[in-house]
Amino acid sequence: MVEPAAGMLEQLDPSAARELPVLRLDRVTVAFGDLRALDQVSFQMRAGDSCVLLGAAASGKTVLLKTALGLLKPQSGRVWVFGKDITELPEERLFEIRARIGVLFQEGGLFDSLTIEENVGYPLENQPSLRCPPEEIRRRVQEALSFVELEHTLEKFPSELSGGMRRRVGIARAVVTEPRLVLYDSPTAGLDPITAYTIIALIVKERDLKNTATLMATHRYQDGHFLANYRYNPQTGGLEPAGLARTPTRFLVLREGRLVFEGTQAELEASRDPYVSKFVKRED
Amino acid sequence: MLDFLKSPVIAVQEFCFLAGRTFRNLFRRPHYAADIFIQMDIIGVGSLPIVSMIGFFTGAVLGMQMSKALMQYGAVGQTGQLVAITMVRELGPVLTAVVVAGRNAAGIASELGSMKVTEQIDAMRALGTDPVQKLVKPRLVATCTVLPLLTIIADFVGLFGGFLIAYFILHLTGAQYWNNAWQSLEYLDVSFGLLKPFAFAFIVALVGCYYGLSTTGGTQGVGRSTTQAVVASMILIFVVNFFITRIYVSL
Repeated sequence: MVEPAAGMLEQLDPSAARELPVLRLDRVTVAFGDLRALDQVSFQMRAGDSCVLLGAAASGKTVLLKTALGLLKPQSGRVWVFGKDITELPEERLFEIRARIGVLFQEGGLFDSLTIEENVGYPLENQPSLRCPPEEIRRRVQEALSFVELEHTLEKFPSELSGGMRRRVGIARAVVTEPRLVLYDSPTAGLDPITAYTIIALIVKERDLKNTATLMATHRYQDGHFLANYRYNPQTGGLEPAGLARTPTRFLVLREGRLVFEGTQAELEASRDPYVSKFVKRED
Repeated sequence: MLDFLKSPVIAVQEFCFLAGRTFRNLFRRPHYAADIFIQMDIIGVGSLPIVSMIGFFTGAVLGMQMSKALMQYGAVGQTGQLVAITMVRELGPVLTAVVVAGRNAAGIASELGSMKVTEQIDAMRALGTDPVQKLVKPRLVATCTVLPLLTIIADFVGLFGGFLIAYFILHLTGAQYWNNAWQSLEYLDVSFGLLKPFAFAFIVALVGCYYGLSTTGGTQGVGRSTTQAVVASMILIFVVNFFITRIYVSL
């Protein structure tokens, strides 16, 4: 497959742009010393796609997301984001690409010396390519915090918030730039079931309202089940079973750095692979 | 044997990469002036009391020790000269740098180390900021600015400590002490006395940042990085001091 040149994606008409992968990994290997954190991983996502990356601890989920962001360089293989090969790009040229990707880090990754307002406004202030006028920043920060129902926390510091609230602020910061692709790294890890549901509901809300491509890494099968079978209802402001109107969601399973499964939820549940089936049953 | 050498060689290489990227970014925008002033306040103003105290007592001790040695030759009047030369050439720059290394290399390493293990550094890169530009450059610029100034203050306070000893214990006059001290200092003494803290500032800031940014292994790793930053920066200060002094004596 021939990838378009830099900047070409923007010049294409919207329907053609939708057909191009927003993220593509081709036989990517990332190693730390002798340990292969990712081993020949290949997959791709198109605009508006919904993907769940399942895997146990240390299976390579975080490494995969960081590689997609260009935070880690692969030893071999290539990574394309929005049609641009980022594998060899220097750090300063990656900033423009990253400006169009939202990311929620495992622990939120909030700057503990900045207030919530400064945290959420950080990408708007520091991404020159977004060209956000300074007078717009506060309004957009308030909008993003309203989206996660934390508009009253503007002046607080991350240490004053609970773990779930910090994760919600992390989501606000990830979506404040209105990205076309959002990466979530174990968004429900370490949270109680009620808070975990709130976080997943926000992820589904973002996906359904703004049609963003969503890649969620998680070790909880239940999180993927919600993403695959529920939709956001703007009238009730909550999730409801999507029935036949569900967003097609692909499941990927990582095991010790290798992608051992890619398919639908039905295919995942029917899999005879001992690791995959055990994974699904254990989490069910 | 090769495996044993691999890790320190990689560490030196990564330190050189970090130093190179920092120098390359020194004149590039953005400059984060507010961060530079905050760091100057933390490193400079924060270190002022301890640097002054150490400078004062070092000068006073020098005054007492030197006068005892000079008494044997009936040259107690030369106390100001010995205090001035020792403080300006050696003890002022080295002691100030050691104090700032203990205080700020540790502070920088633990702050950046905590940011690293809580993914704040990754978040910074993901959100469009180069950590070298935002975190390392302001700390380097601030340390290079304030360490020579702190050294000047330590030198002066040390001379003042020596003066108190000369005046109250040795019963020298103020003019005798200060004239003797002033006339003994040459241009080279002062210029090397200010070149040293400038070189030490690079060590303190870059070693602190290097260990902070290479932290792994959670809170235990932050503690380890902090200790390593202090030990490495102090050793480097003494080694670099040796080489600068070697250049000085050969001139």
